[in-house]
Amino acid sequence: MNFSFRNLIGNRTLKLVFIFLLLLFFLLLPTFLTSYLLHVMIIILLYVYLGSCWDILGGYCGQTSFGHASFLGIGAYTSTLLLLKLNLSPWFGMIIGGVIGMLCGLFIGFLCFRYRIRESYFALVMLTFAEIIRLLFLNWKWVGGANGLLIPLKENSLYYFQFDNKLPYYYIILLMSFFILLFNNKLINSKLGDFFVAIRENEETAESIGINTTKYKLVGIALSSLFTAFGGTFYAQYLTYIDPDLTFAVGLSIEILLRPLLGGSGTLFGPTFGAFILGPLSELTRSLMHGYSGVHLMIYGLLIIAVILFFPGGISSLLKNIMKRFA
Amino acid sequence: MELLSANNLNKSFGGLWAVRDFNFIIELREIVGLIGPNGAGKTTVFNLLSGFYKPDTGSIIFNGENITNLKPYEICKKGVARTFQLVKPFDNLTVHHNIRIAAYNTLNSLKGAEETTLNLVNLLGMSNKRDYLAKDLTIAERKRLELGRSLATRPTLLLLDEVMAGLNSKEVNDIIDLIYKISDMGITIFIIEHIMKAIMTLSQRVIVLNYGQKICEGKPEEISRDKKVIEAYLGEDYGIPEN
Repeated sequence: MNFSFRNLIGNRTLKLVFIFLLLLFFLLLPTFLTSYLLHVMIIILLYVYLGSCWDILGGYCGQTSFGHASFLGIGAYTSTLLLLKLNLSPWFGMIIGGVIGMLCGLFIGFLCFRYRIRESYFALVMLTFAEIIRLLFLNWKWVGGANGLLIPLKENSLYYFQFDNKLPYYYIILLMSFFILLFNNKLINSKLGDFFVAIRENEETAESIGINTTKYKLVGIALSSLFTAFGGTFYAQYLTYIDPDLTFAVGLSIEILLRPLLGGSGTLFGPTFGAFILGPLSELTRSLMHGYSGVHLMIYGLLIIAVILFFPGGISSLLKNIMKRFA
Repeated sequence: MELLSANNLNKSFGGLWAVRDFNFIIELREIVGLIGPNGAGKTTVFNLLSGFYKPDTGSIIFNGENITNLKPYEICKKGVARTFQLVKPFDNLTVHHNIRIAAYNTLNSLKGAEETTLNLVNLLGMSNKRDYLAKDLTIAERKRLELGRSLATRPTLLLLDEVMAGLNSKEVNDIIDLIYKISDMGITIFIIEHIMKAIMTLSQRVIVLNYGQKICEGKPEEISRDKKVIEAYLGEDYGIPEN
């Protein structure tokens, strides 16, 4: 007993030291990177963040969304419009965009969960939802229509979420990713997280042990869409330009969900693993296969087939199995 | 004291009566058996009581409250827990995790839920299987887990749907002991079972269902002598004392 207790303490400090070293590494990393590599890192971290947001609903709650770009786009458009029309700081826009994204999530979630739309049907509804919003924005002149919105250059300041170099963006997305991982870690060890997992595993059983499955699925989509919409503001501020085909595209929805799927959905570091594998891979194929656009999509396809066939639990489960074999 | 009463329950599926004009009462701390041939409507009764089906007509009163139209999770919150005949554990989670989720029904803290879970796993005699995934268990263990999960919600009334089906006689005896222990904890038990030895020793009262209708109700020894029951379910040989 005493021994195992000490062991526990040891494990915990070990974990903390590990996390501290990892953070230190990421804090110091930009000093060794060129501007291009820094950009690659920012995109990887953005997908760590978005993938982890997706995982709240898709991985823990088991509701696979093929339309998360809609929440991202709503966040991006809200903060950008508020900046353009009211000169409001994107930070406030981020919060408002998050809330609006969450409301949209609750709306579509209520329709789906109330009328028991499940699994692949849910995925299809979400895909359609994102497409409807894309078409809506494409034909809506007030929000820029097909021309999209260009974020006006204000000044190099934190208030306007605008910087003349990439470094601050890197630290902001690093912080956001750290926050979402912290949140998900808390979630995994909580009652709410357990309820999510129960719903994913078997809804009927979940109902039979007193879990209001509709309510908790709504909580899941609310959290997921809120955080995803936050990411939208970052996306807009970093790219300084958004249009409907960029922010609401089916391709983007797929990019978001591919990383948790590859890395292992429903695990804390699954989306992170996925992002760190797919990010460099897509950059490599883009630079090596210059002129053949879409090669990275073919490689994605092959990877997904491989994952589903050979290790359905993603990279995390593969690593776990390997560790078990050596332990 | 009357814990549960069902009044004139009717349920039909496309013109076929699954349960018809069914009335019964369960007293607090009683163990009541529900038997009948395959397709008699036993599981349908459980589905009605636990809210998975809504009755066409009739009402269910639990603890003085009308629970007829409540949803399954609401009924569970009121204190009625069930097991599934075809076991439905969370396959990819460990035994411990399966039970912990159910313990959250009445608890909020991880610490409290963990404590309840440890106690329950011990009671189930599954301490050595605590970290096994539910899908890796034998059928006997899965049935046990089913029982443990429903128990973790801290019910007043426990609905057991064939928790002994497919078990060997030693495993059956173990479950019977376990059910006695649960009953001693003050939990009322309503049990569907085909294993006559078990139902006749456990139940204080037995209700017999045939074609959705109650054909007999009484003490186990009365049931085993009843002509209608022998004809419909037990068979000619059962009623005759060993000679």
